[in-house]
Amino acid sequence: MKILVVEDDRDAAAYVQKALREEGHVVDQAFDGLDGYALAREGNYDVLIVDRMLPKLDGLSLVRSLREQEVHTPVLFLSALGQVDDRVKGLRAGGDDYLTKPYAFSELLARIEVLARRRSSGAAREETVYQVGDLELDRLSRRVTRAGQTLDLQPREFRLLEYMMRHAGQVVTRTMLLENVWDYHFDPQTNVIDVHVSRLRGKIDKGFDRPLLQTVRGAGYVIRDGAR
Amino acid sequence: MTALGKLVRTTAFRLTLAYALVFAVISAGVLGYVAWNGRHLVEQGMRETVDAEVNGLVDQFRVRGIRNVVASVEQRTRRPGSSLYLVTTFVGEALAGNVARLPTSVLNSAGDYPDTPYERLDDPDDVTHHAYVRVLLLPGGFRLVVGRDLAELNSLGQAVKRAFLLALVILTVFGLVGGFIVARRVLARIDSMTESANAIMAGALTRRLPLAGSNDELDRLAGSLNAMLDRIGELMSGLKEVSDNIAHDLKTPLTRLRSGAEEALRTAKDPQEYRQALERTIEESDKLISVFNALLMIARAEGGRAGDNMAQFDAAEIARSVVELYEPLAEEAGVSLFVEAPGSLRAHGNRELAGQALANLVDNALKYAKAADDGKAEPIAEVQVSARANGDGTTEVSVCDHGPGIPEADRERVLERFVRLEGSRTRPGFGLGLSLANAVMRLHGGSLKLEDNHPGLRATLCFPPPLVGATT
Repeated sequence: MKILVVEDDRDAAAYVQKALREEGHVVDQAFDGLDGYALAREGNYDVLIVDRMLPKLDGLSLVRSLREQEVHTPVLFLSALGQVDDRVKGLRAGGDDYLTKPYAFSELLARIEVLARRRSSGAAREETVYQVGDLELDRLSRRVTRAGQTLDLQPREFRLLEYMMRHAGQVVTRTMLLENVWDYHFDPQTNVIDVHVSRLRGKIDKGFDRPLLQTVRGAGYVIRDGAR
Repeated sequence: MTALGKLVRTTAFRLTLAYALVFAVISAGVLGYVAWNGRHLVEQGMRETVDAEVNGLVDQFRVRGIRNVVASVEQRTRRPGSSLYLVTTFVGEALAGNVARLPTSVLNSAGDYPDTPYERLDDPDDVTHHAYVRVLLLPGGFRLVVGRDLAELNSLGQAVKRAFLLALVILTVFGLVGGFIVARRVLARIDSMTESANAIMAGALTRRLPLAGSNDELDRLAGSLNAMLDRIGELMSGLKEVSDNIAHDLKTPLTRLRSGAEEALRTAKDPQEYRQALERTIEESDKLISVFNALLMIARAEGGRAGDNMAQFDAAEIARSVVELYEPLAEEAGVSLFVEAPGSLRAHGNRELAGQALANLVDNALKYAKAADDGKAEPIAEVQVSARANGDGTTEVSVCDHGPGIPEADRERVLERFVRLEGSRTRPGFGLGLSLANAVMRLHGGSLKLEDNHPGLRATLCFPPPLVGATT
C-alpha cells in the first residue's frame, strides 16, 4: 500500500513511517501542508494520513482543496483536538476517518487498512452475502449460518458480525466497533465491547473446531478463516 | 501631571466650569432684557413728563400770554430735580429757564430731539450734559424748550452694567471654587479607588475598593466592581483547587506507571517478562490518556457554549442504545438492566455527548448496583434506565439503582473532578464520570440531578426544552 504521511512533527512522522514500512507499506512524507498538497495531487496514494495542524496550509484546507480538485484518496486525520465538533469538522472537510493523538499504532494501522480496502474494492465489496470459511451472513434475509446451521443472533450482534465480516481478514479495533456499530465516538471506560464480542464469539464459534473470530492482542479483533 | 492639572482635567471641574459659563450667559441675557426694558420705560416716562409740562405751559400761554409762561418757568426751575426749560424771543434771547446753551440748529426748528448736548445754568463748570428736549414755536416768535436730562437713563444703564459685572465675578469665583471643591472630592475618591485597583493588580487580591457609604453613583460602581472581584476570586480559588486536585490525582497513576517500569528493569529476567511489563506500561498510559481526554472534555464542556454541535436528537434512542451497549456487561456482572422509553423522544442537544453522559451514569450504576450498604442485606441487583418527556417541555433520562446511593451531603461534591467517596476507592475509575455528565448537562443548559431512590441512587439528565425556532 502506498501511503502519504503529512505531519510537521518529524519525530512522530519518522515513527509512523518506520512502523508502516515494517508492515510492508510504501511511505512518503511531507512536513508542511503545501508539500503535502502537491504530493497528494500527483502521487497515486492509497491513503493519506494528515495532521490537522500544519505549517503553511492546515490539514482541513489541504483536504478541502484536494476534494475540490477531484482527488478522492481516502484521508485519515490525526489531531490532538479530539472533541466531538473537531471530528465533525474534519469529516465535513472531506476526511474519511479521524484519530486523536495520542493513539495506539495498531489503531492507526487497522483504520488505514480499512480505508484503503474500502477504496480498492469499492462497491464490489457490498455483496449481499458475506462468507468467511463456513460462516455465512446474508444481509437481505438477515440470516447467519455456520456449516449450514442457522445461528440465532440479536439485531446488534448481527450488525457487529456484519461489520466484522465486511472487513474480514482486517483487524477492527474496539473504538472502530463502537463507532460503526453503535455510532458513538466516546471512549468507554469499561470493556463493554469485549463483552459484546465474546458473546458473539460464543454464538458463532462455540462447538466448532475452527475459531473464526480471533482476538489480536493489543489491537482488537479479526474474523478470518484460521487456515489462511 | 501636576496636582492642579489633574484637578483641572477632572470631569467634575469641567462640568462646574461649563455650568458657570452657561449661568453667565443666561444672567447676561436676563440683565440685558431688564436693561432694555427699563430704558424703554424710562424714556417713555420722560416723554410723558415733557408732554404734560409742554401742554400746561402752552395752555398758560394761550390764556395769559408769555409773561405768565415766563413766571411759571421761573417757578418750576426752582424745584429740585426739575425738568429743563428755556423760553426765548424770536431772536434767541433767553427770557427764562435753566438752560445756558443749546445748539442753535435745535433751537431754530420745532420737534423732538432724543439726545441733545446742552449746558446748565445751575452748573458752575461749563460741562456739557445730554438731554431729551422738545422745541415749540409759540405765536409771536417765542420759542419754548422743555426737556429732561438723560442722567437718570444713563444711571440705569450703569446700574445694570454693575450688576452684570458683579454677577460675572460671583459666578466665576463660585464656579472655580465650587469646581475645585467638587473635583477634589471626586478626585480623592477616584484616586483611592485607583490606588486600591493597582494594589489588587499588584497581588493584594483580597483588597476591595473603598466605599464612602453615601450610596451615590461612585459607591454603586465600586460596589459592582467589588462584587465582580469577589466572583473572580471565587473562580480563581475554584480553579486553583481543581488544578491542585488534578496534579495530585494524576500523580498516583503516573507513580504506578513509573514504578511498574522500574520494577521490570530491576527484576525481569527474560524478554517475555520485559514484554509483559511494557504491555502493562502501555495499558497504564492508555488509562492516563483517557483521564486526560475526560478532563479536556469536561473543560471544553464547561467553557463552551451550546452552539454548532447542537441538533435535534432522539433521547429514547440514546436510552435504548446505551442500555443495549451495556446489557452484556450487566449480565456478566449479574445485574438486570432495563430500559423504559417511548418510541421516540425529541430533545435538543448533542447525541454524542448526551450518550456519553448516559453511558457514564449506567457504568456507575452497574458498578454499585450490587454493592451492599454496610451491614445491610444485598440489594436488588437491578438498574433501570427511563426516558420521558415532562409537561413543561423538558426531557429527562434517569438511571436508577438500588445500591448504596450517595449521601445527601455528598451529592454536590461528587460532581467535582476526581472526587470519589469512601468505599468506591477500591473500584476502577478516576472519579470523572459524574463530573463529565454534569459538565455535559451544563453545556446543554440542563442539569444533572442526583436523588435518593430509596434505596439507591437516581441520577437524572434533565434536558431543557428545545429553543423556540431551533433548527431541526
